[in-house]
Amino acid sequence: MNNKKIVIIDLDIGNVGSVKRAIHHFGYRAIVSNRHEDINSATHLILPGVGSFDEGMKKIHANQIKEILVEMVKIKNIPILGICLGMQLFATKGYENNKETNGLNIIPGLVKKLKNNTEFKLPHIGWNNVVFKKKNKIFKNILDNSDFYYIHSYEFICQDEVSIIGISNYCNNFTSVVNQNNIYGVQFHPEKSLEQGLQIIKNFLEIEYI
Amino acid sequence: MLKKRIIPTLLFKNNKLVKGINFNSWRTVGSVMQSVRIYKMRKVDELILLDISATNLNKKIDLDLINEVANECFMPLTFGGGVKTIEDISNILKSGADKVCINTASINNLKFIKEACKIFGSQAIVISVDYKKKSEAIEIWSNSGQVKSNKVFEDYLKDLEGIGVGEIILTSIDKDGTMEGYDIDTIIKVNKFLNIPIIASGGAGNFENMLDLLNSTNVSALAASSIFHFTNKTPLDIKKFLFTKKVPVRL
Repeated sequence: MNNKKIVIIDLDIGNVGSVKRAIHHFGYRAIVSNRHEDINSATHLILPGVGSFDEGMKKIHANQIKEILVEMVKIKNIPILGICLGMQLFATKGYENNKETNGLNIIPGLVKKLKNNTEFKLPHIGWNNVVFKKKNKIFKNILDNSDFYYIHSYEFICQDEVSIIGISNYCNNFTSVVNQNNIYGVQFHPEKSLEQGLQIIKNFLEIEYI
Repeated sequence: MLKKRIIPTLLFKNNKLVKGINFNSWRTVGSVMQSVRIYKMRKVDELILLDISATNLNKKIDLDLINEVANECFMPLTFGGGVKTIEDISNILKSGADKVCINTASINNLKFIKEACKIFGSQAIVISVDYKKKSEAIEIWSNSGQVKSNKVFEDYLKDLEGIGVGEIILTSIDKDGTMEGYDIDTIIKVNKFLNIPIIASGGAGNFENMLDLLNSTNVSALAASSIFHFTNKTPLDIKKFLFTKKVPVRL
């Protein structure tokens, strides 16, 4: 239980403190780092993130951590949780700020602007319910249709429908939770979603890597 | 479905929670941390914390307070008051707030807001727009309602949207603290030309005021303060009432 090494990837944007606080809440320790030796010895990785797709990838390249992240999750099968932009960075390509940017490409898909109109304004901000598409460890002790806190303007369009395990609706349905083997992603902010959000983090930390 | 948020606004001055009428005659209504703990227990949708004396007294931002509040709440937290520089925003977000609310510095320097949106993302930048109605015109005020600006209401709001601001808190100074209902006419008008989410503020006195607002406008949230300080109503009471009237809320 206590031999977990939880590493929150530090992209130097946004509020990683809240994710750290949520982990502490369950008595685990976590370090915020972008150093290879930390990432390399992690038992659980968390990729948080607010900001834009291109800025996020720029930070990953600047810290030269793309290869090690892909190796950790695709070859060593270390559990990873992507939060908001962190989940979107799993995609093949993103289209934010009028340009195409390559992502980590660990779950095939594209990141595009949410559908919107005068009634459904962007950003999509606030509490919205998640409809579970599949039973999954990450949903343990959480009720279907629970509300979580969102703040984003872009959505992850998964190429492979089996990876979509939760959806939400704003103007249209969009993917709110993805999973492929040891890779998990949530579009909402679990660290800001009261107890149901904290439960997501707890469930993730209880996933043991094989 | 996206829910309508009910957000308590906590105004403070020298660590004391205060509330006024029309941005004047401030009364002390409690302590900040005590209030935060109560709202944490009540699992509110979000909290807005504003230091109303920071700009006028040129005070340093109380990062310890933000840290302390963030330690208590696993819910969205917006902090405002005296935010003037990119460094201020960075420090506030690092201390645990999710969004930074700016008023005076936005009126004085739109370029700063544009840069802030670019660096921190639209989702982190909330602009609070305080206004007074003068016959046909709508005046925009800064410095906690102390200084009248020369901004043209509609142009200013459109500019904010154009430079990438994520959300607007629209506060009617005329209605603030009166508890006689929101300024629905102005909010309807703004809703027509603005394509970013609006948090309506100023005037909530009872459940019907809130229902009226949500039935006649497309605001994404409503902020309220007096109703929570001066009556025994809680955000949950309000949401239970709204739920029976078919307004989508998180219970």
